[in-house]
Amino acid sequence: MGQFVLFLILMTLGYLFGHYAEKKHYKSINKREKELLKLPVISCKNPIGNKSISHVKLSYGNVVISVDYFKRILASLYNFFGGNIRSYETLLDRARREAILRLKESVTDADQIINLRIETSSIYKGKGNSIGSVEVLAYGTAVYFEKRNQNR
Amino acid sequence: MLMSNIEIIPNKTIVTGFGVVSGSTVRAKHAGRDIMAGLKNIFGGELKGYTELLEESREEAIKRMVSQAEQMGANAIVNVRFSTSSVAAGAAEIYVYGTAVTVE
Repeated sequence: MGQFVLFLILMTLGYLFGHYAEKKHYKSINKREKELLKLPVISCKNPIGNKSISHVKLSYGNVVISVDYFKRILASLYNFFGGNIRSYETLLDRARREAILRLKESVTDADQIINLRIETSSIYKGKGNSIGSVEVLAYGTAVYFEKRNQNR
Repeated sequence: MLMSNIEIIPNKTIVTGFGVVSGSTVRAKHAGRDIMAGLKNIFGGELKGYTELLEESREEAIKRMVSQAEQMGANAIVNVRFSTSSVAAGAAEIYVYGTAVTVE
């Protein structure tokens, strides 16, 4: 009985805090993505536009995000019945977008980031080997174009 | 040390290649961070302790790779790749590798 009560408490806490944290996180991601629109990130090896490059810099951003208790239980239910595990989809979506944002924030003065690579790994294994949290690393080469007025 | 994750350093020519250089670190987090991580596993959200931990070890791995390249006499590393794997519960291995070259 005691265990069941604890389980219910954890479920409720997980749902309330997890829901709140996710909403807040998405809000901040959307806001920062808009602010950083001027710095394009591409996965090609050549920068867009025919400008001469002055220098480059390797840059990266990483984040570790954990899923809450409620969603983990939900995911194990989905595991039983099959279908898309929506709760993990949002977790990975948040993690990737956050990692790319951090990559951008580390080099805000660059003109473009080329050759974006994203690396995902599960760091912390919860009970029963279910994914507890994921680490996402986004890295790329920040390109600085030559300033025109300096050439003249 | 110039670094990029494309095959070239733009605006420079590669003169000599030295082969692959790499650096790795295996880090375990300390107890305080682990307790916080356990709590966060209930509430969800970012595990700041782990994020910092992995960032530190990634910097350390890059430092090791750079010192290896410097020993060879290279002045740039091209085609840098990162990879992460969890070795045991709570310990993570960060591996970074690239090709050491001299550019002009």
